[in-house]
This record gives sequence, C-alpha cells and structure tokens, in this order.
Amino acid sequence: MSIAIDRDQAFLDSIRRTAKEIAAPNADDVDRNARFPHEAIEALREERALSAFIPTELGGGEVSFEAIAAACFGLGRCCGANAMVFAMHQIQVVTIVRHLEGAAWFEEYLSNVAGEQRLIASVTSEVGTGGDMGRSIAAVSPTDTGACTFEKRAPTVSYGEYADDLFTTLRRAPDAEPGDQVLALTSKGEVMLEPTGTWDPLGMRGTCSPGYVVRAEFPREQVLPTPSAQVSAESMTPVSHILWSHLWLGIATDAFDRARAFVRAAAKQKPGQPPPTALRLSHLMSELSMLRAEVSSALREFTEASEEPGRERLSTMAAQLRFNNLKIAASEQAPRVCQGALGVCGIMGFKNDTPFSVGRHLRDTMSACLMVANERIHQTNASLLLIAKEV
Amino acid sequence: MNDEIRKVIQEHGRLPVDVGTLSEYADLYQAGMTSHASVNVMLALEDSFDVEFPDRMLTRNAFASIAAISAALSELRAEATVP
Repeated sequence: MSIAIDRDQAFLDSIRRTAKEIAAPNADDVDRNARFPHEAIEALREERALSAFIPTELGGGEVSFEAIAAACFGLGRCCGANAMVFAMHQIQVVTIVRHLEGAAWFEEYLSNVAGEQRLIASVTSEVGTGGDMGRSIAAVSPTDTGACTFEKRAPTVSYGEYADDLFTTLRRAPDAEPGDQVLALTSKGEVMLEPTGTWDPLGMRGTCSPGYVVRAEFPREQVLPTPSAQVSAESMTPVSHILWSHLWLGIATDAFDRARAFVRAAAKQKPGQPPPTALRLSHLMSELSMLRAEVSSALREFTEASEEPGRERLSTMAAQLRFNNLKIAASEQAPRVCQGALGVCGIMGFKNDTPFSVGRHLRDTMSACLMVANERIHQTNASLLLIAKEV
Repeated sequence: MNDEIRKVIQEHGRLPVDVGTLSEYADLYQAGMTSHASVNVMLALEDSFDVEFPDRMLTRNAFASIAAISAALSELRAEATVP
C-alpha cells in the first residue's frame, strides 16, 4: 500500500514540476500559434509519464487512476491544451490496461508504450454518424493476404500528426451493423493521414485537431478482442468524462486563482476597504466548489465501481447516466467559472497580456460542451431516463 | 415466454431482420438493435410481463439475446414469488 502511495506521490511531484516549469511558460505561445505543446510532451516523456498507468510488470509506473486524474487537473491549471493531449493519451492507455483480457499483442504493445514513451491518439468521431460514438461507418475489412484495412473519415483527430499510434473505432466487419464496433490499434507506419481541413479554432488550439481521412493496413491481432460496447461502458466513456472534467476543473481553478490574485492586489492598494470585486469572488468560489464536488464524487464512484468483481455496476444504465451527467455538468460549469473570473478581473482579465488574463481559460473551456456534443448526450439520457429507476 | 419476448422485439426492436430468423442466443445488438431501440424493448417488456427491471438488471448484456431476456424475467418472477 505504501509503495503505491509513494509511486503516486513521486508521479504527481514530477507532473507538478513539468506543469509549472514547462507547460505554464509555453501555454500562451501554444495557444497563440495553435501549435502542439512539444516541450511539455517531451518533458512528460522524459518523466515516463506516458506509461504512468501501465503495470510495472510491463515496464510502466503503475500509478492509481486517481493519480492520473489529479495529473490532468494539475496540467489543466497550467495549459489546457497540453492537459487535453495528456488526458486523451491516458484515456487510451487506461482503456487498454483495463481490457487486456489476455490479448498477447496488446500486452506487448503496452510494454512498447512504456519503453518508447509512445503517444496514442484516438479516432472516434466520424463524418456521417451525427456525432454518435456508438455507431461507425468505416469497417475492418480483410485483405487477400489475411491482414486488415480500413478507411475512416474523421472530422477531428486530436494531435493526429504528432501521435505515434492511433486507436480507432470501427465496425467489426464490412457486413456488421453500425453499432457492432471494435477498436483497432495502428502505429504510424501502418497509417496514412490525409488532411481534410485546417485548424484555427476558438480554444484548445494546441491540441492540433484537424480532420483527416485515415487509411490503415495492419495485422488482425491489433483489433482489441473485447467488444467496443463493453469497453465503452466500463472504461472509455466514464474515463473520458472523468479525465476531461478534471482538466476543465484545472483550467477553471486557474481562472479563479487569477481572479483571487486580482482582488488581493486591489485590497493591498487600499488597505481597510474591501474591494467591490471581493464579493463577486465569493460568489465565484461557490460556483467553483460545485464543479469540484461533481468532479470528485464522480471519480470516487467510478473507482469504487471498478473495484467490484466484474465491474457490473459500470454497465448499468444508471452508471451511464451518472457519467454522462458529469460530462454535461462539468462542461457547462467550467466556462461559467471562467466567465465569472473575467467579471472579477474586468479589463485586466480581458486583455491577453496581464497576470490576470483569463481569455484563454474561457476559450479553452468553451470546447468542453462540443467534445461529444452535450445535446447528443442529452438525447441518450432522455432515452435512458425512461427506463432507469434510481438516478 | 420466448414467443411473447419475440413479439415485443419484433414490434419495438426495429431490427433490420425478421426476429423469427434469429436463434434464442443470437446477439440482438449484432443483429442491428440500437441502444435507443433497446430502451423501447425494455419498456415494452415491463408492460407485457407486468414487471419492473431494477437498475442492476438494466445492462446491455441482460438484453443482448432472447435467452438473456428470458433469464432476467425468470429471475424477477422467482423473486416475486418469494414471500
């Protein structure tokens, strides 16, 4: 037990250092130029953070899931885009680790991730599915030589150009139904990326997420044996929503910290007179607390349910509603906190070059409600609510 | 019971195939039942069999085949007869 705690502690210390010394000073440049956060990702590689969740027997750091979530929060406080790249990579790693189920190729793959600190991106969204991640058009197709191919039109692939490997949702076979999905892992040498657009968005600019046509040819053993529906319910969806909301909380917390620094500076200028913005800051704190409570309770419920044999609770509709709700609530609350911080800091927050600037925070968190559109999630929830009992 | 289940799936499962062609153990999702349609199947089953599925049973697997649905309904009925 104490070894596990020490491992988490050492990992989080290294994340904190990287976040403060490398991610934070580059955050504005990454944002302004919509460029990949190379320095921070390289530093995370050097700290072996990309394999932090992988079991030690496969060469990883074997930290807890709570530590990964805390790392997303910590990085989010310094650079939202860098935190998002880290979080999305970890979503793929955590998913594979939780669904190894004796898949020899994937075990070996994870030791390569640890050995080479490979960065994994995901190709989940697809043109023509109306944003429904539970359906695919592109399919795993057998070739004459016994290998597999696919061609998928993805509206966005975050850091696709910089990733070593891609994890892609596909239909199981050319004649499979849209909901009969599997996940395939392909490395850079097996993939051709044809860009279909540019990348000049409002926020999360450093994630570098243009659209691509993704074509790949690869051996069949690189298809994860566990069906995608089970992987999605037990891991990919809740893990995504938990890690994303941790980094959104991190961004909102930094915006709040900047607002607090602004109020303190005002208070020091006129000792004895509480600045009028102090009251607004107090209101803002309660908004931030609600976000924090939602994020931390979801993490606790997920880790508890994960420890139960068979993880059956995670497959229930009640669990699906719970983690969908986290996504909706956190993605709406995080930009609200950032906007509140802007209200406190006024013009000093609106300007992009002051210690109290919160424009980037606001823009970055505005991406939250689009990453799997909230209305799409509401549609799912509306249907689930017809049948789920205790929510 | 299986005939009644088949009738519910035929009416509410919106499968691209005739449910009569599916075996008891065929995966309904692989046969094309969407998540949304599965909720309608669950609602109709509750109505037809006059039961309420508790949350622990409301999983994808519990409704993945006619046999699985039949097992879930039998379990509920057995519970109902225990005083």
